Amino acid sequence: MSVLFDILLTASFWAAAVRIASPLIFATMGELICERAGVLNLGIEGIMVIGAFSGWMAVYLGMGLWGGVAVAMLAGMLFGLLHATLTVPFGLSQHVVGLGVTLLATSTSYFAYRLILPEVTSPPKIEPFQALEIPYLADIPLLGPALFAQTPLTYAAFAVVGLTALTLYRTPLGLAIRAAGESPQAVAAQGLSVTGLRMGAVIVGSGLMAVGGSFLTLSAFSSFFFEMVNGRGWICIALVVFGAWKPGKAMLGALLFAGFDALQIRLQQTPIGQIVPYQVFLMAPYILSILALILMSRRAQVPAALMVPFNKGER
Amino acid sequence: MRLEPIANPGLARSLGFPALALAATVLVASLLAALAGANPLLTLGLVIKGAAGSKFALLETLNRATPLIFTGLAIAVAFRAKLWNIGAEAQLYGGAIVTVVLGTSALSGMGGFALPVVALAAMVAGALILLGPVMLKTRFGVDEVVTTLLFNFIMLLLVSYLLEGPMKDPMGMGWPKSAPLDKALRLPRIATGLRLHWGFGLALIAAGVVWFVQTRTTLGYEMRAVGLNSQAARFAGIPVNLVLVKTALLSGGLAALAGFSEVAGLKGHLSLDLSPGFGYTGIIVAMLALLHPLGVVVTAIFVAGIFVGADSMSRAAGVPTYIADMLLATALLLMVLAIGLTKFRVVRG
Amino acid sequence: MEAQEVVLRLSRITKRFGALTANDAISLTLHRGEVIALLGENGAGKTTLMNILFGQYTADDGTVEAFGAPLPPGNPRAALAAGLGMVHQHFTLADNLTVLENIQLGTAPLWRLGLGRVTARAKLARLAADFGLGVDPDALVGSLTVGERQRVEILKALYRDARILILDEPTAVLTPQESDALFETLRRAVETGLSVIFISHKLHEVMALSSRVLVLRHGRLVGEVATAETDKHALAALMVGAEVSAPAVAPAVAGPALLTLRDASTRNQGAAPGLKSVSLELRAGQITGLAGVSGNGQSALSDLISGLTQLQSGSLDVAGAQVKWTPRAAVASGIARIPEDRHKTGTIADFSLTENAILETYNQAPYSRHGIMDWQAAEAHTRNLITTYDVRCPGPSGPIRQLSGGNMQKLILGRVLELSPKIILANQPVRGLDIGAITYVHSRLLAARDAGAAVLLISEDLDEIMGLSDVIHVISEGRLSPEFARGEQSAAELGLWMAGQGFADAA
Repeated sequence: MSVLFDILLTASFWAAAVRIASPLIFATMGELICERAGVLNLGIEGIMVIGAFSGWMAVYLGMGLWGGVAVAMLAGMLFGLLHATLTVPFGLSQHVVGLGVTLLATSTSYFAYRLILPEVTSPPKIEPFQALEIPYLADIPLLGPALFAQTPLTYAAFAVVGLTALTLYRTPLGLAIRAAGESPQAVAAQGLSVTGLRMGAVIVGSGLMAVGGSFLTLSAFSSFFFEMVNGRGWICIALVVFGAWKPGKAMLGALLFAGFDALQIRLQQTPIGQIVPYQVFLMAPYILSILALILMSRRAQVPAALMVPFNKGER
Repeated sequence: MRLEPIANPGLARSLGFPALALAATVLVASLLAALAGANPLLTLGLVIKGAAGSKFALLETLNRATPLIFTGLAIAVAFRAKLWNIGAEAQLYGGAIVTVVLGTSALSGMGGFALPVVALAAMVAGALILLGPVMLKTRFGVDEVVTTLLFNFIMLLLVSYLLEGPMKDPMGMGWPKSAPLDKALRLPRIATGLRLHWGFGLALIAAGVVWFVQTRTTLGYEMRAVGLNSQAARFAGIPVNLVLVKTALLSGGLAALAGFSEVAGLKGHLSLDLSPGFGYTGIIVAMLALLHPLGVVVTAIFVAGIFVGADSMSRAAGVPTYIADMLLATALLLMVLAIGLTKFRVVRG
Repeated sequence: MEAQEVVLRLSRITKRFGALTANDAISLTLHRGEVIALLGENGAGKTTLMNILFGQYTADDGTVEAFGAPLPPGNPRAALAAGLGMVHQHFTLADNLTVLENIQLGTAPLWRLGLGRVTARAKLARLAADFGLGVDPDALVGSLTVGERQRVEILKALYRDARILILDEPTAVLTPQESDALFETLRRAVETGLSVIFISHKLHEVMALSSRVLVLRHGRLVGEVATAETDKHALAALMVGAEVSAPAVAPAVAGPALLTLRDASTRNQGAAPGLKSVSLELRAGQITGLAGVSGNGQSALSDLISGLTQLQSGSLDVAGAQVKWTPRAAVASGIARIPEDRHKTGTIADFSLTENAILETYNQAPYSRHGIMDWQAAEAHTRNLITTYDVRCPGPSGPIRQLSGGNMQKLILGRVLELSPKIILANQPVRGLDIGAITYVHSRLLAARDAGAAVLLISEDLDEIMGLSDVIHVISEGRLSPEFARGEQSAAELGLWMAGQGFADAA
């Protein structure tokens, strides 16, 4: 027990939890926006890869860090456009298209990486985002380093949560998006375009997923590795369910999840880590995700029209 | 713009769009090759030559196609019942683990007679691995896409643990791989001197069996009914959840045979690179075959050919091998679109 | 009344769906402060016409003019902006939003910040008071009753300052008493200068409310008469193209009870109520009619008898019933089940006629033995059904999705009646069918009754219930009324039961 307390009382643990949560928060908000509009976006895993790759490559080729974020976002939106075109106006299977987009975005990243850097064996590094300490607040014990000494991209992640919540619940646009995922007929009857709303949501959501991916290369690590996203996208889909499709709850879910992740990394260094194989610790995030899905399965209010294509004028 | 269902698509429509999709894929491939600074036609030629230019190349392609037929069948069976099994990778490794455990055990004393036992045990392991997510789906309504995907990661970590721990080959010079299978338990070659093992034959038999099950048995009828309209199937008295469980057992078992065949037929041991994503590629194989079990054999050979051909082309022309993955992902998306367009036409207003 | 301003003019509207002409050169005019009724059978083209008016469909030919200005085709926003308001037959409300949010949806530019709830709430309160449409603005729509939802739909139109209100079959989901309240609201609306198009196939409502009646048949306008100068019989004749006479139903000789429910209760399914201590006997040689407003437990009863749900308490007795009550057990006990939704529940659209014909019997000889299908036997059986039940189709191997609703229903009838059932559950068996198919289905049900089957007929159409049933029950919020003999209660009296009056409120 004391091992656990020792970890929980270190500031670095809390800071790590918030850091690990950041990419998940971006991508979870992106997925949440898509699903609120009625589209399950299984392209998320690949879109995070392309975000991680393109953002990093842009910076490596001489752009600024924020330029890298913008490039990642644009790349994500491009794949979002592809996903949206196939699933929304054409109404194709969101499962198959999503997996296809993931495969395409991932292989495009790897292909482009090898095209641009044919010979390198270890990936080159870039200068990533540095922590931005907020004066005085960063000195608060435990919570200060966690909340006020992070990189700008982490602050942006929390801003995105607020922005998503405000848009969904406090603007006519958000009203229309929520209605599109529940009753597209209601939206169409008001002369609003279900197709437009859903495509827009998928494109913007995919942009956020890609920014989440870019956090990995531009803020967390400083280079791009193959398989670095490592299932984070799938975890975010579980987090959306866990958060009952509500931005605030989904963010809390991401933080909780990241807390467990940070904990298992630290537990590996303790005597427990000597006994339990490290693979067990690494499995924890995936097992937790499955548990979260089971836990929420009975009570979550799934958007009623999630995965239901809408075809104007269908008789 | 909206879609209007076509009651009776003509032959031109049902074959024309898929053909267009393949043509468009070739076009994309040419563009990618050009982007990599290679001559598209020459690249294509190199891919074809690498995949089928010689007896050796052709056999290499068939060897590569073998696991893809199994995973393709696994996914075709599951998708037909709208069971989204994205976890063929995990089931494949489950089959591989069991093959190695039994293949290095006392069973080896039985010689070749033990092979069917090993194959069957591998199938059971794969079936059980898919049973978990399917029970979660039928009991709690948890979406099986995410759970089967997450199982892939869990399974790979389990394999990693096994290979570094209990199953580590003491003679492996520190490499994370298992001890080799007993010689008696290796799948024999189809003909002496021919570098093609019986896993391929088993895959062909499996395709025939799946085809028979789907078209000629009550189980196949039930699986199609559940896939097309589970509400009507349930109303008619078809035990939907039981059918899903049976589908899962069949699908998981087929995917596990890929692991069995790779270990017992090709590699002879288990390592972390046993499958370069055969489970995921199986989705492409199944979709390109329009979920038809005999079509899976054709598309698996085609897809394997692209991989094998791209490997040898890459060495010669300097185009990254990932072009093969890009191509197949493109082919998948275009084929889904093409199938959609055979069922619906786009009309204005 | 002086000559009134024309507010809406449709000229020669034509719309084709493939080979079917849903609207054939239909013209109509609507004046200020007028209620016109659009009368026609299901499938006559009423809803299509209104969807064109609202820009959901684009007409192949013809023009629409509102308040003197042409309305651009295929543009719902233009229709709304021109002052048209529509209350759809199937409500267009989002269950996860509140009443106020549903009403506000689409009223402000999407990119505006803030929702302006305070002003919206005030306007809604004023409208609700003016038109007598009370509803809690902060209630989730998913928690409202059907009647309340319709009020929200009307408020939605009024909130958008609609000056022309179009209601598509508005009373289909209401009790007679709720319908009266609706008519009162509409009369108030007309007094303030609104114009109303009222779509219905119920003659008495049309007679009560409208000043002019337009009759549609097979996509054509076949008559336009002032309500004062016509009567129900003349309208009915126009609507179906010939004098209709209700089928003469010979009184039945009831036999023993074949299915008995005692104090049966089932769980609620979301918003749909379960059964509340229902006792019911279905007797041989008798049609038992179940009247009631949609969504009052009909599905619960039908699901229970179909084997889809289990009892929470009470008992269900069927001769030969097995221990576990499943759809398969229900079929095995001799229950023929004609489901409410023939597209989603009754058939599998992508399956062939043959595959659909054996849905309930595929696992028995001769269609399969030891798990192996015998497709020849199945096809022979299907050919037999096609002939016996007059299913018009290209053949047994084409997908059933190509069939019309009537032919699909005939195949379902054949599928279940060929098993010589003892009990027949017919849930909305003629909804959406043309008159020929309706007569056919009814005659088959009567023939089965005369052959000794116990029939449960569930319908929201009170006329159908009263015309066919030997005994009638009314269902309301999952409770069942006592049994009434044919002719014992008038439509108005049954209406009171449908509204929930008369039930001992102990349950």
